[in-house]
Amino acid sequence: MSGKPRLTYFNGRGRMESIRWLLAAAGVEFEEFFFETREQYEKLIKDGVLMFQQVPLVEIDGMKMVQTRAILSYIAGKYNLYGKDLKERALIDMYVEGITDLMQMILMFPFSPPEAKEKTLDSIKERATNRYFPVFEKVLKQHGQDFLVGNKFSWADVQLIEAILTVEENIPGVLSEFPLLQAFKIRMSNMPTIKKFLQPGSPRKPPADAHYIETVSRILKM
Amino acid sequence: MSGKPKLHYFNGRGRMESIRWLLAAAGVEFEECFLETKDDLTKLQKGGSLLFQQVPMVEIDGMKMVQSRAIGNYIAAKYNLYGKDLKERALIDMYVEGITDLNELLMSHTFQPADKKEQHFATIVDKATNRYFPVYEKVLKDHGQDFLVGSRLSRADVQLLETILMAEECKPDILAKFPLLQSFKARISNIPTIKKFLQPGSQRKPPLQEKDVPKVMKIFH
Repeated sequence: MSGKPRLTYFNGRGRMESIRWLLAAAGVEFEEFFFETREQYEKLIKDGVLMFQQVPLVEIDGMKMVQTRAILSYIAGKYNLYGKDLKERALIDMYVEGITDLMQMILMFPFSPPEAKEKTLDSIKERATNRYFPVFEKVLKQHGQDFLVGNKFSWADVQLIEAILTVEENIPGVLSEFPLLQAFKIRMSNMPTIKKFLQPGSPRKPPADAHYIETVSRILKM
Repeated sequence: MSGKPKLHYFNGRGRMESIRWLLAAAGVEFEECFLETKDDLTKLQKGGSLLFQQVPMVEIDGMKMVQSRAIGNYIAAKYNLYGKDLKERALIDMYVEGITDLNELLMSHTFQPADKKEQHFATIVDKATNRYFPVYEKVLKDHGQDFLVGSRLSRADVQLLETILMAEECKPDILAKFPLLQSFKARISNIPTIKKFLQPGSQRKPPLQEKDVPKVMKIFH
């Protein structure tokens, strides 16, 4: 038992990627177990390890945690990335939930049929540039600080940098109207733990490819 | 300014109902402002009150909070329904997220097209009785306590009761195989604040009727 958190998921981003980002940003090393077959998945279910028969699963501090948000909240709380009081937590929660709604669109994008892909990409671009990014540009403009909440690095900053980079992979130039987010992106990317995570060889996963889509679809019987 | 939280939503359950339950369980009185038309929503959006242009929105403690989970987290923590430490919070979060998944399934039933309704109903029953309810039955069985987490009323208990009652509206005998959930339901329903919320005249909302679906769709689409 290494004491490190242990992540169980497919070998790809999906719903686990935000968790990898947060652990990495907190400077926490972790181990990973990747599914390749339905039998492995069914065995975990049979062993009673998955509370709701779903992954992500993160074994951490003696708990077998499931449900992405529960896991992220725990990590944020444990590693002081959740603000200093209830009101800062409220802001962080609102920001994270908004970003998660945008990330949800991207999460599902690889699984949309080819004929729907262009329209989906347009929706993502529309939401990113009209609903979500303006909010965070404004937050940064209004307080003029380096971080979204409480002048201190938090879960909200990690979630936002992940979202920015992920959207940019599909829509380069999406930040063209958001100078403060551009500066934010550079600033966050240069934080030591994040910089390390962005380098080749880190646990960061690449965008979904055909093999990932096939594996997930087969194992989850989608 | 009354100092009471003010809820902005349409006059129905949707994503605001869990927040109503939580405030009621905590014994907190609240006001409601109902959106009747798309104009009402547009007005709120244009006024800059909605961080991501969406409701629910709850005015509380000088904040205009949006995002139901953020609002639920804040209320739970403020009124001591969120466990005593990080690990209890982790359990509560896991339980609540699971219940929320089932809740969403139940809520979406009214919006299913006619030809999909029967299959959707079967999915609800399958998931409720094979995936979700067994978890909570087992939690109660394993520790033998009255509440899901930490021997104390928490948000997890409130949300579970809410979802049990919604599931029973769908299928009255859905708890048939879950004796501990049946006694849990009776026990939590008798907590004074919750008992009050379950009585006629409270701010608890009825299920959405099919005939009201077009009106709701018009506000949001």
